[in-house]
Amino acid sequence: MEPRDADRRDAALLRVLDAVGEARARRDPLEIRGGGTKGFYGEAPRGRPLELGGLAGIVNYEPSELVVTARAGTPLAELEGALAARGQMLAFEPPRFAPGGTVGGMVAAGLSGPARAASGSVRDYVLGATILAGRGEIMTFGGQVIKNVAGYDVSRVLAGSWGVLGVILEVSLKVVPSRAATATLIIDCGADEARARLKSLGKRPWPLTASAWFRGRLYLRFAGARAAVDLACRDANAAALDPDAAAAWWAGLRDHGHEFFRPEAAALARGESLWRLSLPATADLPDLGGEQCIEWNGALRWWRGGAAPEKIRAAAAAAGGHATLVRAADKSAGAFAPLPASLMRIHRRLQEAFDPDGIFNPGRLYAGW
Amino acid sequence: MNPTPPIDPHVRARRQAAVLAALARVLPRDAILASREETTPYECDGMSAYRESPLVVVLPSSDAEVAATLKACHAHRVPVVARGAGTGLSGGALPHPLGVTLSLAKFTRIVAVDPEACTATVQAGVRNLAISEAAAPFGLYYAPDPSSQIACTIGGNVAENSGGVHCLKYGLTLHNVLGVRGFTADGAAVEFGSSALDAAGLDLLPLIVGSEGMLAVITEVTVKLVPKPILARCIIASFADIESAGRAVANVIAAGIIPAGLELMDRRMTAVAENYVHAGYDLEAAAILLCESDGTALEVDEEIGRMTAVLEASGATRIAASRDEAERLKFWSGRKNAFPASGGISPDYLCMDSTIPRRRLAEMLLSIQAMESTYGLACVNVFHAGDGNLHPLILFDAADADQLRRAEEFGADILETSVRLGGTISGEHGVGVEKLNSSCVQFSPAERAQFFAVKRAFDPEELLNPGKVIPTLARCAEYGKMHVHRGLLPFPDLPRY
Repeated sequence: MEPRDADRRDAALLRVLDAVGEARARRDPLEIRGGGTKGFYGEAPRGRPLELGGLAGIVNYEPSELVVTARAGTPLAELEGALAARGQMLAFEPPRFAPGGTVGGMVAAGLSGPARAASGSVRDYVLGATILAGRGEIMTFGGQVIKNVAGYDVSRVLAGSWGVLGVILEVSLKVVPSRAATATLIIDCGADEARARLKSLGKRPWPLTASAWFRGRLYLRFAGARAAVDLACRDANAAALDPDAAAAWWAGLRDHGHEFFRPEAAALARGESLWRLSLPATADLPDLGGEQCIEWNGALRWWRGGAAPEKIRAAAAAAGGHATLVRAADKSAGAFAPLPASLMRIHRRLQEAFDPDGIFNPGRLYAGW
Repeated sequence: MNPTPPIDPHVRARRQAAVLAALARVLPRDAILASREETTPYECDGMSAYRESPLVVVLPSSDAEVAATLKACHAHRVPVVARGAGTGLSGGALPHPLGVTLSLAKFTRIVAVDPEACTATVQAGVRNLAISEAAAPFGLYYAPDPSSQIACTIGGNVAENSGGVHCLKYGLTLHNVLGVRGFTADGAAVEFGSSALDAAGLDLLPLIVGSEGMLAVITEVTVKLVPKPILARCIIASFADIESAGRAVANVIAAGIIPAGLELMDRRMTAVAENYVHAGYDLEAAAILLCESDGTALEVDEEIGRMTAVLEASGATRIAASRDEAERLKFWSGRKNAFPASGGISPDYLCMDSTIPRRRLAEMLLSIQAMESTYGLACVNVFHAGDGNLHPLILFDAADADQLRRAEEFGADILETSVRLGGTISGEHGVGVEKLNSSCVQFSPAERAQFFAVKRAFDPEELLNPGKVIPTLARCAEYGKMHVHRGLLPFPDLPRY
């Protein structure tokens, strides 16, 4: 007889519990793995792989509640497919750097796509999570409702935690209706003109859901009710991109499909690296050489070039933001920007509070813990 | 709430003298209040059933004074309770009898409004509405609108993660705050979030927002501003029974519409509100829905059309859409005055604040009806229907101790029923001291222990607003009700490693 889905999931959960129990007993670090699509990001993973791919499946989906609950190993493509079938979606457009990414990995990485400036981040849409942490305990924080202020909001801190606070087993996410209509316009202009135009966009009643500037072109995406999208297109008075080409462009940007985001080995060996600079949208950067791609109405600048890490980090900090070293031959400068001492103390104590044995993805966020 | 044990007046006097001496070294004299006459206004917040006399109240006027106050209190191991406008509804700002109440009332400066970046940086004591007023010349506003917005401060909103009638579409405080600055319990300066859309390291902003002053004292907040909608229109729809009103709410959402506001009032609440403001509500309806659309004229007209069609198909017995701004405000006037209107028909009321999955609404309201006879008290209901956040108002007379006791038990029953229906004990008012017992039902011992561990990561000596939000093991044991297992995991009895 075929085992029921629930039994199969339970068996997968037991395997995770066993593996964590063994690791705790031996103080053996675990590398928490979903689809294994984001190993290049952050500090290098190390430890014995803890595979969560088997802990999969949508547990509960009520379209009229705008909430979906899924196990951590559920493929992101499966989740987004199930939502699309009911006319809904994840508002934050999570990146898929390679096929096979999972819901747990999406939350742990905390990365959001082109829609982030308009619609919010993955963190904003986490409603609850069940984790395995501490001394092997299963704990649930948050829930399946949109408004919930009981206890500290631990579930949202998991977004972008890179696994250092424990194993995400299950998450509940707020979902939104799909957009009825979408259109992408192109304006040929330089980076400075693009940023000047973007500054004036915030006050227009346009349903702008994404913007990007790359290699002499500003891309604007409007999405929402048909009438509003049509009106914005008429007002903006710019060339429209063919819908298929537009969809491919935004997916390529989201997933880093373009070679700009994936320097070849030769370029890396020459000392080129890919940086992610998160800045106040209107902040100016000094000329760092290299090449940039601007997203989020100016709040996200992907930068590729050969400038020294200290120079990039100093420029980002002076502009009021921070810089992440995404792809490089040498990440000894640290993948993530260093923290002020008072904040680092809190980080260390928090990590010890969730992972007293130091077994969950040690060193994945900052070297040494 | 459990009564706190009485404090020996000699112990209190000695402690007060020591604290005053330490504070006098770092604060100007007029920033320190210690006599009973001066500290009485600080004895409670909006949850006036719970009162406590603070040892000392301080009103610092600069970051340096806040840091110095915290350092002095830290050195003497004195608890500190930060306080905004004191409009909170769960006793989160209830003073500590041997602690310092730190009022941020003097932090009223709007530091900067940046119309290009659509952000505002303001001090923690700035009123919620004052931010929108400062942004108005640029066509912008701050979206979260708790009902107390003319009085409540942004610092208090951050502490409580406040919502409001527009948060289904525009999000809670967390979704509209970019960064905060302040101090940890030892007086060290710290910043969470930033003016960018994310910050390096763990994203600790969601822990700070909604932490009820237990993790840090916040003195400055940077918020996101959004363009003021060109037009807003509101529909009032009547329903002959609660079930069809609840189904209509689900149908609106299922049709892919996110209303700017979606509110439900039951028949008795409608009558109370109508009597107070004369909004022209339908007094025959078992429930009325207020459903708002905002945006450009084109968007709003299209959406009002779609909303009307869904509400009609859901069995609305009467539908009216506002024709102009004056009429829209009239439609809202009763809902916005629901709490004061209830104050007019009863000496006191307890305002509950649980959230449930929307589909359980009818079940919840029927349970509340049954509880009215169990506890012998009346209850009227308003509901942020769009996001499942229920505000039953339990009517009672606090002069009668037995009525207060029954009202508290009635409230706890509502909260625990909400947890059983898959919801939570607080949607937007916070746990404070009011819902400590109910927290025992929502969280397992391991989860509560984890909350304490989170607190100690920020505040190892547990000096900031101690005793709020997280119930101790002992308290839960005394309360004696079982934790309701909420997780969908199938092995609640698995051995722990």
